[in-house]
Amino acid sequence: MILDVAALHKAFGRLEVLKGIDLRVKPGELVFVIGPSGAGKSTLLRCCNRLEEPTSGSIKVEGVDILTPGVDINAIRRRIGMVFQSFNLYPHLDALGNVTLALQRVLKKSRSEAKDIGAAALQRVGLGEKEKAYPNELSGGQQQRVAIARALALEPAILMFDEPTSALDPELVGSVLNVMRELRESGMTMVVVSHEMRFARSAADRVLFMDQGRILEEGAPQKIFNSPEHQRVREFLVSIER
Amino acid sequence: MGRFADTFLNWAVMAQYAPRILEGTWVTIRLALAVAIAGIACGLFLSVLRAFRFRAINVLIVFAVDVLRALPPLVIIIAFYFALPTVGVRMSAWVSTWLALSLVLMAFSEEIFWAGILAVPRGQWEAARSTGLSFLQTLRDVVLPQAVRLTIPPLTNRTIAITKNTALGAVVAVGEILYQAQSAYSFSYNPSPLLLGAAAYLILFIPVVCFGRWIETRFAWKR
Ligand SMILES: Nc1ncnc2c1ncn2[C@@H]1O[C@H](COP(=O)(O)OP(=O)(O)O)[C@@H](O)[C@H]1O
Ligand SMILES: [Mg+2]
Repeated sequence: MILDVAALHKAFGRLEVLKGIDLRVKPGELVFVIGPSGAGKSTLLRCCNRLEEPTSGSIKVEGVDILTPGVDINAIRRRIGMVFQSFNLYPHLDALGNVTLALQRVLKKSRSEAKDIGAAALQRVGLGEKEKAYPNELSGGQQQRVAIARALALEPAILMFDEPTSALDPELVGSVLNVMRELRESGMTMVVVSHEMRFARSAADRVLFMDQGRILEEGAPQKIFNSPEHQRVREFLVSIER
Repeated sequence: MGRFADTFLNWAVMAQYAPRILEGTWVTIRLALAVAIAGIACGLFLSVLRAFRFRAINVLIVFAVDVLRALPPLVIIIAFYFALPTVGVRMSAWVSTWLALSLVLMAFSEEIFWAGILAVPRGQWEAARSTGLSFLQTLRDVVLPQAVRLTIPPLTNRTIAITKNTALGAVVAVGEILYQAQSAYSFSYNPSPLLLGAAAYLILFIPVVCFGRWIETRFAWKR
């Protein structure tokens, strides 16, 4: 297992946001997570690299329990790539600088080595020409691809996407999904929170439906989208079709 | 007109005291630079310390900063020079002035840096930490470069305002421009040296003010 989450609980004060999540992701798998706003999807992803501290439960990444006290969390985090809805590129660095910062600081690559790896990562997301461009000079779709390259360059064991296309103009969504599809075909293990159902149908191995801090239903995309067991899932699918 | 020139633009008096004013100018330059460097460095250090969010330390920082911002700088200078010796702490007039103004600049620049750190969106921290950067690496490589850029205009203005207060050193007889001009005035019974002193301040600070203006446009933040 690349990721093994068991009985995960998370509360913010008295608000219980995750009420016992179990999630196992095998190498090369693409797990798709859908569900209404406020269901706890972002919190689930953020717990997996301890951007949020879980209240209880266990999370193992490549067999290592990341909740053990004294664990080297920075070493684990670089194995888990994270792509955010709002890109979160560093505005004071150009595209290459965004991609190479962690290579130099975390993986201790030399400057020239980091540049080679960074350039290759940008190439991979179709932005080989944009090394010198600053985030404010790039379209939203390009920014998100730089963010993907930033995560990719560290050769993570798993990539997690939190609504990667929600902040994009419709005509830019395709370029990001294409990159994600290529990653999937190259065998990258991925967890994707998104409402791009067409993408889910064609690329996901498994779809989870989350509601109120629980996984209500899970299965193959065909099953979830065509014949869900729960009325709640059906309603949700109808609501986002519009 | 002749009388006016004789009183305020008396070349003989000016020539006589020009070397003293020049001497004062060097003292002002050294004092102002020392204040700017110590004040900004300590302010940056405190704001970084504050970013760790240790409750007790932050309460202390906020308290000290508020006290230093509330007190008139002259009061602090006088306290250091005249009051501290009564409890056995003695420092020269120069050190009293330097320390007082550095502390005041420290307090203001800490607040400015802290506001800059807070203005950097949380997503920047999260993106950096998610790639494995440590807290300090994130602060140094991601947050501070953005925060400092935001702070440069207000920081420049504040630094100019506080370094001009080096003139307060005249009160405790630091031999800077104002002190030299005043004593020349009382020796010569002629105010021309005061005019010379004012000219020295202009020559010194107009380039600094222009530099501040340039820096403000240079670092105008683009996103
Ligand atoms: N830092 C936080 N502090 C308090 N409540 C939070 C915090 N982050 C998220 N929540 C709450 O947790 C719930 C789930 O949020 P989230 O995981 O973002 O849901 P989703 O991504 O599925 O829309 C929401 O009710 C949200 O208000
Ligand atoms: Mg969310």
